[in-house]
Amino acid sequence: MLRAQIAVRLGTLDLDVAIDVAAGEIVAVLGPNGAGKTTFLRALSGLVPLDAGRVTLDEVVFDDVSTGIHLAPERRPIGVVFQDYLLFPHLSALENVAFGLRARGASTKNARAAAESWLDRLDLGPYKEARPRALSGGQAQRVALARALATEPRLLLLDEPLAALDASARGAVRRDLRRHLASFDGIRIVITHDPLEAVALADRLVILESGRVVQTGSPAEVTRRPRSRYVADLVGVNLFRGIATAGHVALRGGAAIQSADGVDGEVFATVHPRAVALHRARPEGSPRNVWRGHASALDFQGDRVRVGIEGEMPIVAEVTPAAVRELDLAEGGEVWVSVKATEISVYPA
Amino acid sequence: MSSERPPALLAALAIVGVAFFILPLAGLLARAPWQSALGELTTPEALTALRLSFVISLAATALALLLGVPLAWIYARVPFRGRDLIRALTTLPMILPPVVGGVALLFAFGRRGLFGQALDAIGIRLPFTTFGAILAATFVAMPLLVLTVEAGLRSMDRRYEDAARTLGAGRWIVFRRVTLPLIAPSVFAGAVLCWARALGEFGATITFAGNLPGTTQTLPLAVYIALETRPEVAIMLSVVLLAVSLAILVAMRDRYLRAF
Amino acid sequence: MRGVLAIALLLTACVSPSRTETPQITDVTVFAGSSLTDAFARAGDDFTKTNTRVRFIFNFGSSSTLATQITNGAPADVFASADEANMQKVLDAGLAKSPRTFASNELQIAVPTGNPKRIAGLADLARPDIVLVLAAPTVPAGKYALEALAKAGVTARPVSQEVDVRAVLNKVSLGEADAGIVYVTDVRSAAARVAGVAIPDQQQVVARYPIAVVKGAKDPQLAGQFIDYLTSPEGQKILAGFGFSRP
Repeated sequence: MLRAQIAVRLGTLDLDVAIDVAAGEIVAVLGPNGAGKTTFLRALSGLVPLDAGRVTLDEVVFDDVSTGIHLAPERRPIGVVFQDYLLFPHLSALENVAFGLRARGASTKNARAAAESWLDRLDLGPYKEARPRALSGGQAQRVALARALATEPRLLLLDEPLAALDASARGAVRRDLRRHLASFDGIRIVITHDPLEAVALADRLVILESGRVVQTGSPAEVTRRPRSRYVADLVGVNLFRGIATAGHVALRGGAAIQSADGVDGEVFATVHPRAVALHRARPEGSPRNVWRGHASALDFQGDRVRVGIEGEMPIVAEVTPAAVRELDLAEGGEVWVSVKATEISVYPA
Repeated sequence: MSSERPPALLAALAIVGVAFFILPLAGLLARAPWQSALGELTTPEALTALRLSFVISLAATALALLLGVPLAWIYARVPFRGRDLIRALTTLPMILPPVVGGVALLFAFGRRGLFGQALDAIGIRLPFTTFGAILAATFVAMPLLVLTVEAGLRSMDRRYEDAARTLGAGRWIVFRRVTLPLIAPSVFAGAVLCWARALGEFGATITFAGNLPGTTQTLPLAVYIALETRPEVAIMLSVVLLAVSLAILVAMRDRYLRAF
Repeated sequence: MRGVLAIALLLTACVSPSRTETPQITDVTVFAGSSLTDAFARAGDDFTKTNTRVRFIFNFGSSSTLATQITNGAPADVFASADEANMQKVLDAGLAKSPRTFASNELQIAVPTGNPKRIAGLADLARPDIVLVLAAPTVPAGKYALEALAKAGVTARPVSQEVDVRAVLNKVSLGEADAGIVYVTDVRSAAARVAGVAIPDQQQVVARYPIAVVKGAKDPQLAGQFIDYLTSPEGQKILAGFGFSRP
């Protein structure tokens, strides 16, 4: 069990998070650039001192600012896979993997034997004597993983493990990484800005924005009920915030929508762009949410077009290219918007 | 890489700049007694001075490495009050006239010097000894090494050190097994510059250590002394000095650029 | 822009003296052995009092360095050497003729003030507890010192062969050396910091100082007048004041 309360001020960053991770759990810390993800990882590693807080892993106290405890990085039972991997360029793959064991006092012979078995396990047998610069991105990543795992850490930290790879290599490496992470039974924390990576690798997501945890939960929970603009954008839904009273949601900014969900109080409301219908004239009939706007941006994505609508109720709609022609949509052109009450998902904020 | 045609003015000035360095060398080579070259170089005086110069310059480089690399590390990594001042003080010998450096060394380590009196009391004499010549060479040459290594430390990616620490390496192991290998090109370049400077050292040596063949008379001193009586020997010794330094500087440039 | 300004200033600095000064002033460049430093500065001043149209430019150094400079084309008008061998080099190069001996100098043992090691003569210089420095055998003072030691039958082991006689004097005055063999004139010039121990006549070596007008002198007549002045009673009086003997 990792219990981390971490407060660090570093330049413009004000990081203040509290996260508990259960034994055997894989957690992805997801957030935009500058959210403080890497600082969070460095604080867990002991490379950045805390301004306040306490970090414990089971019975081991890593940091406790109130009692002045700070365990040096080299004394923490951790393994870190850094962004860019940071394989020592002057050492072979084998020597890189053996480094941690040597530093922890193993004999050269034992360290090399253990390193060899780790490289074999990660299908790197033929690259034992290779220098890091001779390795492909995926190979380097596995060497970095082997190096971090070789010391048998109880906490494994990975900082953007796929960011250094070509897009073409990423899929295969992600699958491999998932398999290797599954075979390790300690706590695993993956830092990433890539939602696909987070969802693919982790049991639980922690969304970090501007130094704060804004949401945490399983990938399904987080994607179903986004609680920030960042997550909503990642998932690709329209997110609104307001106060609900018996199906009537008064939004911040003045507009209001009707929902079929029976939640009251401070709420989030989401609408999938596909559920947003566009019309040339005011539609008649059942939709209870109808308003007027004008198209502000057209974004063609294959057989779909995302249309940004400005007006009293800004929203994104997703329609077919045929619909765009039919509606004679042009940027700045007037358009009527309707959303069925049943397509609006409302949940407590 | 595409080559670019330089503006005419730049090209002209660059050519003057090159000529400024090449002409004196050409003058030296033109006056060198090539027919009797081997004879001039194998005189006992010349051989003694050559051997002594290599011993002294290599020992000075070793001493500079021993003291200079840690100093560079402190300058690059430990911010402390007065660091800039201390760094400037330890860089001063680079611009100080070497003769002044020699006098300063005498005031410190000479028989009546601040520290030399205590040394003298326990029977250690530095002036007029080979070790004194090594000290003089180190004094003027070490700043080159310190500055080069410090620059190397500042430009290296410190995250490698972080990686090493998370792998369980304490500060010393990090320094020895990660930092030092990563800055090896800078250390090598600094050592070569330091060595070249030590090899050519004249003023501080003659002032602090004097001039005695076989003990403190290094190549530049022998050249200076021989210039008036046996210019052929002086010129040939200078040519050797030039050839060796040139070879090292050319080799170093190549090596220096070829980092990992 | 700033570079251009600097160059312009430099040019002005080079050009302006010849414009602003009266054309009668003639520069006489004198290359002289470093033991003559103080004496020539005074003699030059004295000579200028009666010859107001002359301005001296002195270049003091070891006589061997000066001879090398002159044979390589340095613009000297007068060369005063601390020994005959270096004058001979200049004569051999055809750059001067008929030198005149204008002074002589004797050797002394320079010791730190108070003579702490109680050195009485050349024989003491062979003592193992004495740190001795000499001038290099290639410079006149070093050659003379070896001759004197040979006359005295003393085998001395100097710890250093300094590049010129002033360097020997400095090592003694700094206290790094217990003794050095220098000229009488050197001891006198540094009387505040060193003491002299006399060398008896039978071990003494006399250094003769020749002087000559260098070929190509800008004003040979004026250069000759300076040499005449040095050998005149007034000139000799000034030289004697700095410890030089008559030729």
